[in-house]
Amino acid sequence: MDFVSLVLISHSEEIVVGLKKLINQVQPNVAIAIAGGVDGEIGTNVFHIKEAIESVHSEKGTVVFFDLGSALLNAEMAIEMVEGNENIRIADAPLLEGAYFAAVEAGFGHSLREVVASGEAAKSFQKVPDL
Amino acid sequence: MTLTVETAIKWLHFVNEEIQANKEYLTDLDQAIGDGDHGLNMARGFQEVSLKLNTANYNDLASLFKDVGMTLLSKVGGASGPLYGTAFMRLSMALKDKSKATQSEFSEGLQAALNGLKMRGKAQLGDKTMIDVWEPVVEFLKNHEQVTGKQLADLAKEKMEATKDIEAKKGRAAYLGKRSIGHLDPGAVSSYLLFSSLSRTFSEGEI
Repeated sequence: MDFVSLVLISHSEEIVVGLKKLINQVQPNVAIAIAGGVDGEIGTNVFHIKEAIESVHSEKGTVVFFDLGSALLNAEMAIEMVEGNENIRIADAPLLEGAYFAAVEAGFGHSLREVVASGEAAKSFQKVPDL
Repeated sequence: MTLTVETAIKWLHFVNEEIQANKEYLTDLDQAIGDGDHGLNMARGFQEVSLKLNTANYNDLASLFKDVGMTLLSKVGGASGPLYGTAFMRLSMALKDKSKATQSEFSEGLQAALNGLKMRGKAQLGDKTMIDVWEPVVEFLKNHEQVTGKQLADLAKEKMEATKDIEAKKGRAAYLGKRSIGHLDPGAVSSYLLFSSLSRTFSEGEI
C-alpha cells in the first residue's frame, strides 16, 4: 500500500526528532522526514526543508506541518523549489497533535486530502472532556 | 543613474557595514516587540554576502543578486531570511542577463522585489513591517526621473520612523497588539539601512 508522507518542521531540532519518534511508535509505515533548527541553533532553513520534502515525497502526496510563523515562510519557499510539487500541502494545524492525527490517517492509506483534513481537525480537538 | 555590477557590489558592502554597526540596535528593537534575533540574523547573513562578493566574479546583475538571495536564504534564520531572500531573488529575475540597469529598470526590479515581499509575508502597507519603508521608496523611485541620494535616504528614514506609531499586524509583534505602538519595527529599520546604503552608493550626485 502507498502512504501519504509527512514532513515535520520546527525551529528546534529536538522537537521534531522527538515528535518523529513519538509518531513512529504508533505508525511505523508512514514515511516521515524532519527539518529542525539551523546549524544546531533555533531557526528554520529553506534548503533543509526542501531536502526533507524530497527525501519522502511520492506521487501519493506529502503533508507539511510546522511550528511557528517564520517556518511557514520557509516551508512555502521550499515547496516552490521542489519539482513536481502539485501534491504537497501545508497543514494549518498544531504541529504535535496535527502530525499525530495525520500519521494515523495516512497509515490507513487514505488520500492527501483526507490526511490534510485529519491533521487540521486537530485545531478543534478537545483534549480535556467536558465535566 | 546606472546600476552596474561594481556599484551593486559597493551598495551591498555598505549594507553589510551598516548592519554590522547596528547589530545591537536591531537586536534591542527586536527584543522589544519580536523574538530578539533580527540583529544577529541580519549580521550573519550580510557578513556572508560580503565574503561571497569578495571571492566571486560576476558578469551580470542577475547572477550577483541571485547569489545574494541564496546566501541570505541559507544564512539568515527567522522570517528575515525568506523575506530578504525572496526580495533579492525577484530582483535578480527582473534583471535577467543585464550587466547594468537604468533607474527605470532598477525601479521595476525593486517593484518585483516588493511584490515578492508582500506575497511571501502576506503584509500590506500599514501593517508595521518592512513594506512600510519599501513601498513608498519604490513608488518614489518609479515616479521621479531624477532622485538625489539625500531625497531617497530622507524618505526611507521618515517612513521607517513612522512605523513607531503603528500597531503591528504581522509577525511576533502582532501578539502585542496596541502595546507594539511606540516601538520601531526592526524590519523597517533594516530596510532603511538597505536604502540609506543605496543612497550612500550614489551620494556623488543624482541617482
